[in-house]
Amino acid sequence: MTLQVVTGNHAAGYALSTAGEANRTARGAACGIYPITPQTEIVEYVAKFPFSKGRVVPVESEHSAMGVTMGAALGGARSFTASSANGLAYMTENIMVAGYYRLPIVMVAVNRTLGPPWNIWVDQGDTLMLRDFAWLQFYCEDNQEVLDTTLLAFRLAEDHRILLPVMVCMDAFIVSHTQMETDLPDQAQVDRFLPDLDLKHRLRYDEARTIGGLSWPQEGLSMRLEIDEAMGRVPEVFQECRSAFTEAFGRDPGDQLQTFETEDAETVIVATGTMATTAREVVRHRREAGERIGLVKLKMFRPFPQESLRQACRPASRIAVLDRNYAAGSGGVFWQDTRAAFQGHRDDLLIQNYLAGLCGGDVTPAVIEQILDDLADRTEAGSPAWIGIDEHSEVPV
Amino acid sequence: MSATAGKLEQLPGLPCTEECLLRAGNTNCGGCGMSTGLTMLGRALRDAGETCTLVIPACCGIVTAGAFPTTSYGVPTVATTFASAPAVASGLASIRDLNGEPGQVICWAGDGGTYDIGLATLSAAAERNENIIYFCYDNEIYGNTGGQRSSSTPAAAHTTTTPWGKAEDKKDIVSIMAAHRIPYAATLSIAHPEDFADKIKQALSMTGMRFLLIHSPCPTGWKSEPADSVELVRIAVNSGLFPLYEVFHGLDYKINVEPDGTTDPADYFSRQKRFHPDEIDLEATRKRCENRFNQLRALARINLAPVS
Ligand SMILES: Cc1ncc(C[n+]2csc(CCOP(=O)(O)OP(=O)(O)O)c2C)c(N)n1
Ligand code: SF4
Repeated sequence: MTLQVVTGNHAAGYALSTAGEANRTARGAACGIYPITPQTEIVEYVAKFPFSKGRVVPVESEHSAMGVTMGAALGGARSFTASSANGLAYMTENIMVAGYYRLPIVMVAVNRTLGPPWNIWVDQGDTLMLRDFAWLQFYCEDNQEVLDTTLLAFRLAEDHRILLPVMVCMDAFIVSHTQMETDLPDQAQVDRFLPDLDLKHRLRYDEARTIGGLSWPQEGLSMRLEIDEAMGRVPEVFQECRSAFTEAFGRDPGDQLQTFETEDAETVIVATGTMATTAREVVRHRREAGERIGLVKLKMFRPFPQESLRQACRPASRIAVLDRNYAAGSGGVFWQDTRAAFQGHRDDLLIQNYLAGLCGGDVTPAVIEQILDDLADRTEAGSPAWIGIDEHSEVPV
Repeated sequence: MSATAGKLEQLPGLPCTEECLLRAGNTNCGGCGMSTGLTMLGRALRDAGETCTLVIPACCGIVTAGAFPTTSYGVPTVATTFASAPAVASGLASIRDLNGEPGQVICWAGDGGTYDIGLATLSAAAERNENIIYFCYDNEIYGNTGGQRSSSTPAAAHTTTTPWGKAEDKKDIVSIMAAHRIPYAATLSIAHPEDFADKIKQALSMTGMRFLLIHSPCPTGWKSEPADSVELVRIAVNSGLFPLYEVFHGLDYKINVEPDGTTDPADYFSRQKRFHPDEIDLEATRKRCENRFNQLRALARINLAPVS
């Protein structure tokens, strides 16, 4: 294990590559790769990694990147890729298929604004538009968390009780391009943490199995139900993987839902990614001033940790949900799921949505202070509030 | 009935039997050229002692498998998205090669998946010289979705999206693939079984990207008699409408069957209701065939020293 100052992209590339290398004692590793800002350094890292038993295929599109990655997984190899924004949009058809094929692929996604208008900065709308597929989703706030979550993702995805792909997300530039001190584990440690991949339903040259073909409603329904059952097992298997990780690397990779000062909090901020880092500091300051306020960081978004969220907000009377995404005509995606989690449980709760940091806008402590002041003034929740709109600027439409 | 998916029809590592590749009870229309093509492919694999994995995009060829948990394919098979067969095959072939395993990875795709939506994927796999065999069974139509035009549909053919006949000519996919300088590109006809078998044998003897285009009659889309299927593609070859030839490394051309000089392309058009007799300019068609053959003959005369 060595401490190094690296970017979030480097941490992700390192985790994907060493995880792939760890499967050299089994069927090896392979992936299809395609560049897009701001994840390009991840696939460049993977491309130059000296795999003992692996192949990195530089393809012509994201659609094919996932195609090759799925082919490798169907052959029983450890497989992974990375993408972002319009790359994810272009890849979407095959992202969906990877889940329904039940392939334990890990994809690192760098959250970037979908264009147009073209914009390379952070916005989580790209991965959130994929929320209804059979994928697990984790949102990370710093480089260490990206590395740890990516390694953990392989173990979780490949567990025979799960067999679903995992998306590990980080904020564009704020994490992807920021250098931070990061603990990079040795290959031997990764080898010990990740057992050889044994994908029972992989294609074998001597077995006549057809994967992904037609089905009648009853069989299709059973397959969907099996996915739902696997999703239901995720929280428990995640904890097992987390313990195994802590044992292997001497470090806690973090819980699926992380609370800060929520034990007696009347006001709770629900946030993800680097917005959670900033919100934590604001909470710390307000606590010092005697305010009963706390933070819930959603690390795992799929499956959605409804029960843990309800637990964490037990003493709360009002919640601010920060959404760095906008589902057109509806509001923030995290807000929708948060409201659904409390529906019928806590109809007294005031849950207000704040659309903050969209299209790469900065979410500074001052922005979060403004949100909290607004929340305190409310007697009831309103429609999603747009933060950062400059009333005085005249944008020609 | 088809056998159950996942059941071993063969012992590990044993070659295909022709029955094993395409089992009885599949859903193909009567007279479908794809059925004959698959049977002939199975036979050629059996003769060569080879096994294979099929990678099939959205097309009639995946409907052939039937519904889970049964399958008409007696070999490992994966159904991919419409544009992705060569990409998925690249992944599978990579893992096969990394693990030193036997068997060909074979894409089996229609012309829609080849000429249209999958062209970029196919081109990229060809450029990378992936170690796969790509078959396009070319029925010149989107059969699966009920008979729309593809860029392989010949001029004047009526489809549901060219209700007054297609204005454009068929795309020359073999030239496109040859331009990638892949080891092998060839055209095949189910009416010429020996030539068909020889070309598969040739493809099996090579590594890298091999592209084989099968002229595949489709009575449903061509509005022809199922019993006429083989005869129609025979006419296409013998009249010069569908030349049988091979291209090695994108440079060395070899013509396998010359037009017989007596078969008239008129018979080809008159026996398919997708063509309307008054819309076919037979003189121009004959001239086009002749020009194409003269071009192929010229290419075949150029003897290039092989580059290792
Ligand atoms: C992305 C996508 N678009 C459209 C379709 C619908 N679709 C399925 S098969 C097909 C046509 C296939 O035509 P072809 O490749 O010529 O094969 P054939 O059906 O003739 O065997 C279409 C349009 C699809 N499955 N996926
Ligand atoms: S529609 Fe054409 S290609 Fe499809 S199964 Fe029927 S005959 Fe064959």
